[in-house]
Amino acid sequence: MIGIIGYGSYLPRYRIKVEDIAREWGSDPASIKRGLKLFEKTVPGLDEDTITISVAAAKNALKRAQIDPKDIGAVYIGSESHPYAVKPSATILIDALGIGPDVHVASYEFACKAGTEAMFVANSLVKAGEVKYALAIGADTSQGAPGDALEYSASAGGSAFIMGAENVVADILFSNSYTSDTPDFWRREHEFYPRHAGRFTGEPAYFRHVVSAGKLLLEKSKMKPEDFDYAVFHMPNGKFPQVAGKKLGFTEGQMKVGWIAPWMGNTYSGSSPTGLSAILDEAKPGNKIFMVSFGSGAGSDGFIFNVTDKILDVQDKAPKLRDYLDNNKIYIDYGQYAKFREKIILNK
Amino acid sequence: MRDVAVIGFGMTKFGELWNKSIKDIFVEASLNAIENAGVDHIDSMYVGAMSSGLFVGQEHIAAVMADYLGMAPVPSTHVESACASGGMAFRQAYLDVASGNSEIVLAGGVEKMNDGADVTAALATAADQEYEVYNGVTFPGLYAMIANAHMHEFKTTSKQLAAVAVKNHLNGFNNPNAQFRSKISIDTVLNSTMVSDPLHLLDCSPITDGGAAVILCPLDMAKKFTDKFVKIIASTQASDSIALYERKSFTSLNAVSNAAEKAYKQCNLKPTEIDLAEVHDCFTISEIVVSEDLGFFNKGKGGLAVEEGKTSIESGEIPINTSGGLKSKGHPVGATGIAQIIEVYEQLTGQAGKRQVKNARIGLAQNMGGSGASCTINILEAI
Amino acid sequence: MISPRYVREIPQRYRLEASKCKCGKINFPLRLVCPSCKSREFETITLSDEGKILTYTIIRVASDIFSRETPYAVAIIETKDGGKLTAMIADSNLDDVKIGKKVRLEFRKIQDEGVSGLHCYGYKAIVT
Repeated sequence: MIGIIGYGSYLPRYRIKVEDIAREWGSDPASIKRGLKLFEKTVPGLDEDTITISVAAAKNALKRAQIDPKDIGAVYIGSESHPYAVKPSATILIDALGIGPDVHVASYEFACKAGTEAMFVANSLVKAGEVKYALAIGADTSQGAPGDALEYSASAGGSAFIMGAENVVADILFSNSYTSDTPDFWRREHEFYPRHAGRFTGEPAYFRHVVSAGKLLLEKSKMKPEDFDYAVFHMPNGKFPQVAGKKLGFTEGQMKVGWIAPWMGNTYSGSSPTGLSAILDEAKPGNKIFMVSFGSGAGSDGFIFNVTDKILDVQDKAPKLRDYLDNNKIYIDYGQYAKFREKIILNK
Repeated sequence: MRDVAVIGFGMTKFGELWNKSIKDIFVEASLNAIENAGVDHIDSMYVGAMSSGLFVGQEHIAAVMADYLGMAPVPSTHVESACASGGMAFRQAYLDVASGNSEIVLAGGVEKMNDGADVTAALATAADQEYEVYNGVTFPGLYAMIANAHMHEFKTTSKQLAAVAVKNHLNGFNNPNAQFRSKISIDTVLNSTMVSDPLHLLDCSPITDGGAAVILCPLDMAKKFTDKFVKIIASTQASDSIALYERKSFTSLNAVSNAAEKAYKQCNLKPTEIDLAEVHDCFTISEIVVSEDLGFFNKGKGGLAVEEGKTSIESGEIPINTSGGLKSKGHPVGATGIAQIIEVYEQLTGQAGKRQVKNARIGLAQNMGGSGASCTINILEAI
Repeated sequence: MISPRYVREIPQRYRLEASKCKCGKINFPLRLVCPSCKSREFETITLSDEGKILTYTIIRVASDIFSRETPYAVAIIETKDGGKLTAMIADSNLDDVKIGKKVRLEFRKIQDEGVSGLHCYGYKAIVT
């Protein structure tokens, strides 16, 4: 079988609490916590970006995969905050990790599901026999406009997955996609912040695509929600994935381990991939994992994973997602947050 | 090699010289030196300057100065070694005369730092661009790391660093050419803004415009021009790794101790026989470390020595930086090394006024570049 | 940052490539001549990403490129395998930066060439 042979994540250390953002804008933190189920989010340092996050996550994935980086034949980073508009983020990553030069590289963009697009393509290349190993990363340092609702959730982080055909720790049994022209959230070229269509981002966008992709994936696989040990969905906040999962017939218990948005925020292309990483850290051989991502614009990618007994060999070989999520946190205030995220334009 | 004498000097005021270009400054200092020495021509000239290119956009500076001094077609040579450019220019001039190649030689130094250039970036070119400056290190940062290492190993204190600045301001108060002629206290230094822990603003030498020049000739020709002349009894030079992280020790500057050892050997003297020294105090810690590497005090005891007044003019065992040092006199980079020679010359010829050290017969000038990657030491003796 | 100058330093800055001389000296970055024994033959190695602080300072007045990050610490670090380098300290409490403290080197963005130039990457040290 073909699938994930190594995985890893990285989250920055800085955090800002919902209260500290709400206070600046005169909003009620209790309502936000209740309504969106968000408590705090990660903030990237001034010296961090999608590339540095991808390198850190990929280093962890390599520690678990234990392969020669030179055998990786393709590297795709999916993000909506690539540091360059023209020059793929992975061109820098490959030189940092000693991959290549015989390697395919491209930057992927599909709002929050660019990471899972990368995973689909990486897996397919290995399946087709084109490359021995392929590395897929979903990472972001996305921004929310000051005072906008997205400010409570837009955060930073990423996860990396190496696909291969040997020593697979999680087979990819099935995958699918569901895409349409649904402009719920977008960013025009040269604009600094994205725009969104308010409540239209809910039913017609997120829920339509996640639930449709999920239903079609269950049909394709002839499996039922009860067959799964874990389920993870794209997490724009803490609330949406719980509602979507319930609509598809999953329980909170199945979603618990992957449900990290309340403390991580929405890492966009890193969202469901990082939830998957948290699950893989604890999964046992034979576990089945159901995953559906969502990218605005819009589309959803679905995956069904089967955890193999090789998972036990790799879990402890690199820091776990919860090591990054729970430990060594540095809390900052809104002023520092605004400086870090360049919301204050400094005189150059 | 024949003996060489210094027979005259000239310098501009050191400070912010808004109305003078780099050419004006060098010419003024040089004309003063030529008149002071009483010579009617020169055979060759040396121009010490760290970077006229970065500061005022003008390279080929030796030719420019020969031209503006009205000296063309006399040979003119630019000497660069960051902050040691002046001292190195002096040494090249010395070798030019000692070798028999020239008779009367002008050694000058100049820097024009206030013409709007990015001074921090320009000064940082004296450090390792790719592996120190690229990673956010600044010039004060390099010496601050030396200070922290010295404080960690020898318990040197911030007050001892401040004592260097206080002493040098006290001396500079009596130097008519000094940039800052103001007495300061230990508290003033300790309360000044922190630039790079543990160095405060007043632990750092300033940004300065200025020029200085001396005239050299064979010793046996000196009497023809003046009765105020001194003999160069040692002139040495040494180098070390450009990057601070490559050094074997962060509390000792090998280029200094190496040049010093060679210098003492050349003139057959011990450190205790030196009557005064002009030392490169780009930062207060530099003076402390160099005073140890010159052999005036045991390693680690330099801070205590300045605190106990051993380097002051009145009570000092070894008065250091009677001119006010770089701290109070100012540090127009390329001119500093020459200004140090001038102070030693003035002391040895009894012209130092209120700064005069009694019975000054042998004086040492130590000039270094960057974080100690180059160093030149020149020792002069009163005749 | 000028592209040719930047690209030449990539193996050192991105992967901590250094050269080891037969006399034992580790040269970072690589050199043509060993300053210790003058040899011109070397083995290419990768420095360990673990090390300790030999000396440091906290920079409060920086050049324009780094002015957003002040105050920040820089330190001279000795890696576990005997290499030495100077790096900025990241993600650490300034009070935790002391001589002897252990650090881990990570891949970070070091500087930006204005708004339209290169993003320049390299290593920074985190106090562990």
